[in-house]
Amino acid sequence: MVSTPVQHDTSADRMAVRLHGIGKRFPGVIANDDVNIDVARGTIHAIVGENGAGKSTLMKILYGVQKPDSGTIEINGTQVVLGSPAEAIRAGVGMVFQHFMLADNLTVLENVTLGAERLHGIGDEARAEILKISDAYGLNIEPDVLVEKLGVGARQRVEILKVLYRGAKIVILDEPTAVLVPQEVEELFDNLRELKSEGLTVIFISHKLDEVLSVADIVTVIRRGTTVATVDPGSVTARQLAELMVGSELPSPSTETSTVTDDVLITVENLTLPSDGARPLLDDISFVIHRGEVLGIAGVEGNGQAELVESMMGMRPAVTGTVTLVDRDLSTLSTRVRREAGIGYIPEDRQRYGLLLDAPLWENRVLGHQTREPNVNGIFIDKAAARADTARIIEEYDVRTPGPDVLARALSGGNQQKLIVGREMSSEPILLIAAHPTRGVDVGAQAAIWDQIKRARREGLAVLLISADLDELIGLSDRIEVILRGKLVGEFDPGEVTPEQLGSAMTGAGEPS
Amino acid sequence: MSALASAKDRLAAVRPKGRISPWWILIGLAAALFLLSVLQLVTGADDLASSGTIRATLIATVPIALAGLGGLWSERSGVVNIGLEGMMILGTFGAGFFGYHYGPWVGVLGAIAMGAIGGLIHAVATVLFGVDHIISGVAINIIALGATQYLAALAFSGLPGGGQTQSPTLRDVNSITIGPLSDALGDIEGSGIFFVSELAAGLRALVTELSLLVLLALLLFVLTYFVLWRTAFGLRLRSCGESPAAAETLGVNVYRYKFIAVLVSGGLAGLGGGFLALVASSNYRDGQTGGRGYIGLAAMIFGNWRPGGLLAGSGLFGYTETLGLRRGGESVHALLLLIAALLVIVAIWQWRRLRHVSAGVSAVIALGAAALYYSTDAVPGDFTRMAPYVTTLLVLAFASQRLRMPAADGQIYRRGTAG
Amino acid sequence: MTPRMTRIALGIAAPVLALVAAFLITSLVLLIAGDPVGEVWSTILSVPATRNIANIINSATVLYISGLAVAVGFRMNLFNIGVDGQYRIAAFAAAFVAGEAWLPGYLNTLLAVVAAILVGAAWAGIAGVLRARRGVSEVISTIMLNAISTYLVAYLLRQAAVQEQGSNIIATREIPEGSRIPGFSLSDQAGTTVYGFVFIAILLGIGYWVMLNRTRFGFDLRATGRSEPAAIASGIDTKRMIIYTMLISGGIAGLVGLPILFGAAYSYGSTFQSGLGFAGIAIALLGRNHPIGIALGALLFAFLDEQSNPLQILVDVAPDIVKITQGIIVLTVVIAYEVVRRYGLRIEQRQVAQALERPAGEKSEVSA
Repeated sequence: MVSTPVQHDTSADRMAVRLHGIGKRFPGVIANDDVNIDVARGTIHAIVGENGAGKSTLMKILYGVQKPDSGTIEINGTQVVLGSPAEAIRAGVGMVFQHFMLADNLTVLENVTLGAERLHGIGDEARAEILKISDAYGLNIEPDVLVEKLGVGARQRVEILKVLYRGAKIVILDEPTAVLVPQEVEELFDNLRELKSEGLTVIFISHKLDEVLSVADIVTVIRRGTTVATVDPGSVTARQLAELMVGSELPSPSTETSTVTDDVLITVENLTLPSDGARPLLDDISFVIHRGEVLGIAGVEGNGQAELVESMMGMRPAVTGTVTLVDRDLSTLSTRVRREAGIGYIPEDRQRYGLLLDAPLWENRVLGHQTREPNVNGIFIDKAAARADTARIIEEYDVRTPGPDVLARALSGGNQQKLIVGREMSSEPILLIAAHPTRGVDVGAQAAIWDQIKRARREGLAVLLISADLDELIGLSDRIEVILRGKLVGEFDPGEVTPEQLGSAMTGAGEPS
Repeated sequence: MSALASAKDRLAAVRPKGRISPWWILIGLAAALFLLSVLQLVTGADDLASSGTIRATLIATVPIALAGLGGLWSERSGVVNIGLEGMMILGTFGAGFFGYHYGPWVGVLGAIAMGAIGGLIHAVATVLFGVDHIISGVAINIIALGATQYLAALAFSGLPGGGQTQSPTLRDVNSITIGPLSDALGDIEGSGIFFVSELAAGLRALVTELSLLVLLALLLFVLTYFVLWRTAFGLRLRSCGESPAAAETLGVNVYRYKFIAVLVSGGLAGLGGGFLALVASSNYRDGQTGGRGYIGLAAMIFGNWRPGGLLAGSGLFGYTETLGLRRGGESVHALLLLIAALLVIVAIWQWRRLRHVSAGVSAVIALGAAALYYSTDAVPGDFTRMAPYVTTLLVLAFASQRLRMPAADGQIYRRGTAG
Repeated sequence: MTPRMTRIALGIAAPVLALVAAFLITSLVLLIAGDPVGEVWSTILSVPATRNIANIINSATVLYISGLAVAVGFRMNLFNIGVDGQYRIAAFAAAFVAGEAWLPGYLNTLLAVVAAILVGAAWAGIAGVLRARRGVSEVISTIMLNAISTYLVAYLLRQAAVQEQGSNIIATREIPEGSRIPGFSLSDQAGTTVYGFVFIAILLGIGYWVMLNRTRFGFDLRATGRSEPAAIASGIDTKRMIIYTMLISGGIAGLVGLPILFGAAYSYGSTFQSGLGFAGIAIALLGRNHPIGIALGALLFAFLDEQSNPLQILVDVAPDIVKITQGIIVLTVVIAYEVVRRYGLRIEQRQVAQALERPAGEKSEVSA
């Protein structure tokens, strides 16, 4: 099953970067443990691992943002200690962060020259240099635009330009494709190949295995903070790579026999959300979900998924159209009333929208259910009952924690999410809205959450599932709608559709324009 | 080489973003003077733009402007500074103590140094220890008040003319008067020709007993603009206020720049306090700042975190403060008419932009101001002194969407959290 | 130790640490200035006389209410710097109403108290509405409102005032005797009367605790303070909560001046005590927004104020030295709480990690 690691030439003079025995601990967590990676000069070296495996921490160590507790770093054959990004930059390392490191209210010129003013100043000479690099690598960047005016793809190109401007020979990209649409991904890969042909070394972090296999020269797999294999992308399949990442057989999200009924549970009609620009964020969206049905929404991030969920939850006052739950028109009602009417809500960003991180778990059990049994008693909060029910959720949903008085912040991402799922399922909802329910959680929690969604479906709930993980969508949904630029553009049967077909619908590839 | 060539071609087409030039400030000043001339003509309130009023306005403006400039430095680096008031208080004591013992110019340095000590405390608390900026500011205001009262009792008790709450009389810093020009302009001012007379009054205020500290303050504004927006140092400092994480990943030592900014901030606020003791009056007195640190902060917000706007805001506040002292009732009463007229214009403009609610609000306030003007003869002094604060509230309420503060202003940043 | 016990132990450690640091720094200032450090502290830390105890309890009562007013805002991440203005304008309103005596006896008192609460709430409500509807920072708006209230009260006072014979102090009409709130004496000596309002303050503290920790409204308020996005997703109308919180904070602030008004001054004049709002900020921070903590903080500040009074006479040191101490306490207490919080979180994360036999794949990455 597992492919044999390739024997590659590790002679020092060919190596741009050698990481040896890197270890890094955070309170209660071992982020990196005995990591060993050799990156050859002039290659695209991918580092893959599941969420929380320690990839980002490792790269922050290589870029001097964090200091390792143990281990050594060699760059071009010389051992270095990188105490700050400034030192990493001097050593020829540049990094493009997953969350862009750009100041919105400064121009491209200012963002690029910041910290590198000695090279070409901050005036016309720098402006000319930026245009030169932009033209040389086909980045298409204008120096005097405010960054806030730029789209996601352009921002990423600015980030790459920042790195090149500093003359970096080793470029790290942390999950660069997470925010890009497939066309932009292709452009990015062209840019990377360009860099490689100029002799630069690219370190590419990702968990999207198909992309990794298409662009990387060599792949290192990290699991639970340590390197477990280095493989040749030509000799492995995406599935084999995935199993290396998790160290076991992958759970599969496939559902059992259909439980869909004819009973319409929720009807959404003509939902439209205007924006400041010309194009509305949501454009005339209508659909129904039946009892026992899972409706999946597929789409490239930022095409209106978040707005759709928030509109249905009553968090977007500007929205027009109707939302009817069974026979009740919810359109003008508040978020609280909608929740009380029987909507369970697993929000997209659990730490921001789903939890009070600095509150104990039992208070997080009350959150969103602060008007309902067993949490309240008249106008008062029933702390004892809420604690008891939290203990039940902890038990039933396998939330790993010493007890209901622990702060939510102390839990791992997967356990936080299991608590949210347990909470939302505890007040007998009839509709469950789940936005990216397994994003950023470990494999064990992922399987548990999938089981809960399947159970909800069996018990006759209607489920609206938003996900960027197409396997998850295809496996769990009874029906898939594709959302593009705020519009539903096509319906698919998950029994027949392939990820590729979904992908092209998501980008509007088949669309007559 | 084609890449370079095309880059050069495009460079010609790219124009650096336009900023408000000094000429616009001059034109704005002239326009304001013109409006006041009209108002004097219509209402007969002849102290609205006399050289005495303008001179007093200048004196009243500088401390506010310096405090605001301190706020600008600090907030551009991302540190909110409501401790400006306390730093100003420290400045008044510094000017009093060092000014009495070593002469006025050492007093100026003392004021800057004392203010900078306040800044140092703020920097240590907010930058090193990650204390909430507002809390630290409040604490500094408490500490500064207590410290100056304690130190003043220690330093000035028993000195001739000094006491627990005030220093002996201080010598003023040097001032310039261009005698002949001043007299000639005085003649023109006295002639009473529409607008020309007011223009002469304005110029006369600049050539008669102009304190060197006023000049220094204006110079500091120019310097601030140049340093913050035209140098690499300034770019780095501002980047700490916009996105400290980005700055850190590019090798900028965020702590260092925030530290420098807050220290400069304290020094400027201290200088503002020193100005109060040395120029605006002639000794240190307890309670001398009278909340000007807060007004400076308001002026900075009013000016949208930019030096030009800050100067304009300070001028506005300085002017209303001056009117409150000089036959304020009559002058502010006359200003009611101007406010009414301006608000009518705003109302029409808003109406045409289909903002009917704010148009309505403006119209109602305009009517109210006009009604007040025609039904009364003078505005009580309390309301005059209230005016700057009410103005700030109104600006915040109706223009806050246009204001753009540094994106990371007030956020606590910890080293190593980038990425 | 259980997580709860750890938290309590750390909660006590922080203020102790902060006080020690503040006393050390103050001593350093005294030392540098050449003042007698030992004598200053022995004066301040001497056992207060009965008269002083009464004074301490009285000013602590006032500071306590001010601290509560600020703390309500803090629980929701709102910074009500405007308690100063709110209590002054409210105290003026109460003094005016009570002085006019439209109703007899305690009905008059009640009316005046209600007037104070309403006026204080309304004044703070301006900042609340500006924040909720226009996005104006309540820090700036309350600073402006403080200044405005100063001049507004000065103006209104001149309109409503009655001249006292033989004095140029102007004040509102004196409250009739039947409407005053009687105090109780600690001993037979004169000047040992404690405000009757102290009981109202205690009730206020209990009400504050019950409302915040036991009611649904309090839960919503705290949730909004901890995370606005999470509060919105849970169905809380956070904008309305901002306005409600400012109204409550201002309503409590309206009471700040009343112990003095009904227990000692009996009228509002130009010399009415000011600056109590800023002390309230310090005390709320010191007391960690907990009613008992705030009470201890208020007693500490009142103790320092009272005990420093004779410094000038006894050791020739300006009593303002304790203001330095008080200001430093604000800083050190915040720093100490933060240090302790991080330490506590680390302990807790370790406890969580240890309590679990971690199965495969169960590993959290600390995301930055």
